[in-house]
Amino acid sequence: MATARAPRSLLDRGAPWRVCQVTGYQVFTPVQRLIVFNAVAAVLSLALGGVLALFIALTRWEAVSLLPPELYYRFTSTHGVVMLVFWIVFFEIAALLFGGTVLINAKLKGVRFAWTYTALMAVGAIVTTATTLSGHANNMFTAYPPLVNHPMFYVGIILFAVGALCGSCHFVYQVWSARREGVIAGPLPLVVYGLLTAAIIAIWTLLHGAVAYVPALFQALGWLELDPAVYRTLFWGFGHGAQQINLAAMVACWYALAALTTGARPVNEGLSRFAFVLYLVGINMGSMHHLLVDPGIGMHARIINTSYFMYAALLGSLIHAFSIPAALETAQRARGFTEGLFGWLRKAPWREPGFAALMVSFIGFGVIGGVSGVLMGTMQLNMLIHNTLFVVGHFHSTVVLGTTVAFMGLAYYVVPLVMKRDLAFLGLARWQPYVFGAGLLTLIGGLMLAGKLGASRRAWDASFSLAPLQVESLSSPWLSFANAVIGLGGVLAVIGGAMFVLIMVATVFFGRANERPAVGTLGVLAGREGPKSDVEIPEFDHHAKTFQAPGTTTLVFVFLVWFVVMFAWASINLARVGWGVG
Amino acid sequence: MSALSVPNTRYLERVGRDERVWLLFAIVWCLFLFVIMYVWQFFGSQRTPIESYRIEPSEFRTLTQEYVAGHQVGDVNGVPVTVPTEQGEAFLAARAFAFEPVLQLRRGESVRIYLSSYDYQHGMSIQPLNLNFQVLPGYVYVVNLTPTSTGEFGIVCNEYCGLGHHVMSGRIIVTD
Repeated sequence: MATARAPRSLLDRGAPWRVCQVTGYQVFTPVQRLIVFNAVAAVLSLALGGVLALFIALTRWEAVSLLPPELYYRFTSTHGVVMLVFWIVFFEIAALLFGGTVLINAKLKGVRFAWTYTALMAVGAIVTTATTLSGHANNMFTAYPPLVNHPMFYVGIILFAVGALCGSCHFVYQVWSARREGVIAGPLPLVVYGLLTAAIIAIWTLLHGAVAYVPALFQALGWLELDPAVYRTLFWGFGHGAQQINLAAMVACWYALAALTTGARPVNEGLSRFAFVLYLVGINMGSMHHLLVDPGIGMHARIINTSYFMYAALLGSLIHAFSIPAALETAQRARGFTEGLFGWLRKAPWREPGFAALMVSFIGFGVIGGVSGVLMGTMQLNMLIHNTLFVVGHFHSTVVLGTTVAFMGLAYYVVPLVMKRDLAFLGLARWQPYVFGAGLLTLIGGLMLAGKLGASRRAWDASFSLAPLQVESLSSPWLSFANAVIGLGGVLAVIGGAMFVLIMVATVFFGRANERPAVGTLGVLAGREGPKSDVEIPEFDHHAKTFQAPGTTTLVFVFLVWFVVMFAWASINLARVGWGVG
Repeated sequence: MSALSVPNTRYLERVGRDERVWLLFAIVWCLFLFVIMYVWQFFGSQRTPIESYRIEPSEFRTLTQEYVAGHQVGDVNGVPVTVPTEQGEAFLAARAFAFEPVLQLRRGESVRIYLSSYDYQHGMSIQPLNLNFQVLPGYVYVVNLTPTSTGEFGIVCNEYCGLGHHVMSGRIIVTD
């Protein structure tokens, strides 16, 4: 790769470069500020969303009942859009900028273009947040017609989405250029492959978003009237696809964190890539999870779409569910932690923030998020769950316990390395994933219990106690208990989130400058300059007659049993309704 | 040689023994989850309602008012209580912020409920059964119900429909 190249090339040596003292990566320095800007915007969104979450949780807790109805709906609308869109997407753009340059040792082509779309996203985020926070968009970010939000809400979202679309295309272009110019000689690193999957899904999804939000803006301006069912179909083409972006980006983070914290290498590059391809197959599907008990859709359309075409996307996740712990197990066994089935797991670096985040995210997403998602996505079972608080419990276990925790884990490495600063409050960081995870588990438990008891989502008062026709079953003490659990869990989760925000802000603005920031066991990155691990992690033996990862094989089958039991339990619950429905 | 760096070029590995066993079970489970939806829909007692029609909200309002006028048997807190027609049909309208009328059904007798909205999107959530359906203006959703238990069942709205969302309720009464 030493051949002379044109100045516009990805390897342009005239460009400002530095070599990372820890990882040995070639870092194109102008991209650092871009990554940090996007990461800071993400963290600020998270901080605002967290403050709102505190108010919402304390309103759900009946004994506190903090906010009046109007403010509750306003804050819930803002919390939704700030967290699900701004925090997640800003971070994803930071990750794409990182993956599209640092991880492939390339410069960024079009730095000014990147600043333009970053600015577009920032302006869009500010416009939408200001509109919602000032009470002009209380109809949630779904804003199902005929309800409409203020036009500026849509203007902000569209600006933001155009920015994010440019960012995703930019990443695809970077990878394509890197391949064309031979910067990447062989296959892509698996993490970049996962990010590429996320970027492709993002492009497709954001185009869906344009088809939904541009007409919605026209409706808000009074130019046209939208059909409610058509809008819902278009909106969820965007809304559900967006969750597939998060899924692919989160799994890419898992592979990265496994490598950073234990030196794990993928057990089967081909199979893991196939699993990402399965996500792409499910790209356009799953949107009907949200429409399973809607009028206007045929049976086959519902079943084939909700199953991601015979659960192609689920199969992808089940492959990752094996290959990530198998990679950890192989690496740990190579280090000599071979005792029994689970010695490798007991001796894992649980005090390493990235590993803690990986485990909280992986287990939380898999055991709760994925399983509850499949239950809800089963057409008939959806009748018991649609629009109850169980749904809210589900997406807090996927997007928050899963994606957000994985992103937090990655931030503990990327931010110090890019900033060349020590991670502030390392001691706090060791606890943060567990505190946040415990808060979320409590919150999700409360939400799911309340949903099972019939609490409707997005209602200021879960027991409908002010309704003219009282609903006796909703004034049960169990529902009050569930609401209190939601309140407590919410407060604890906000504390965990605040710990992360504090660590990040302190690192970015006040962290001690250090060319070789101490970021845990990051040095185990094999095959790079800088400190290597003293152990070569062997390849997974694919020809062995015995099980190479017996602990993982045991765990995944325990997981499968849990999955089957939960499915059976939900089916029994539906049968026990007793009433004929059809 | 990690997920963060370029793998060796032969990344199409043979799938190992552990992976093969897991893949087999995973594929079988995925196919089961897919097929079970068809099985439940054809042979189960609790099937997802599919039948639906387009209708103008104003026309649905007229039909509902005619139905209420002809089949009212009483009222609760000013909300009319109705029984199904002789063909076993009933209308249930959602509006900001109530479900009307109250339906009085008989145990074991099927009723064909025409469900729609006069104004915004709403959600019909029957409690404590926790059966939930989306209600859209402009569309009639045909929900067939066969009650098997008696008593008063509440209906609450579970789709955000405005600042009165949390006071929007209705009722189904099932008698012997």
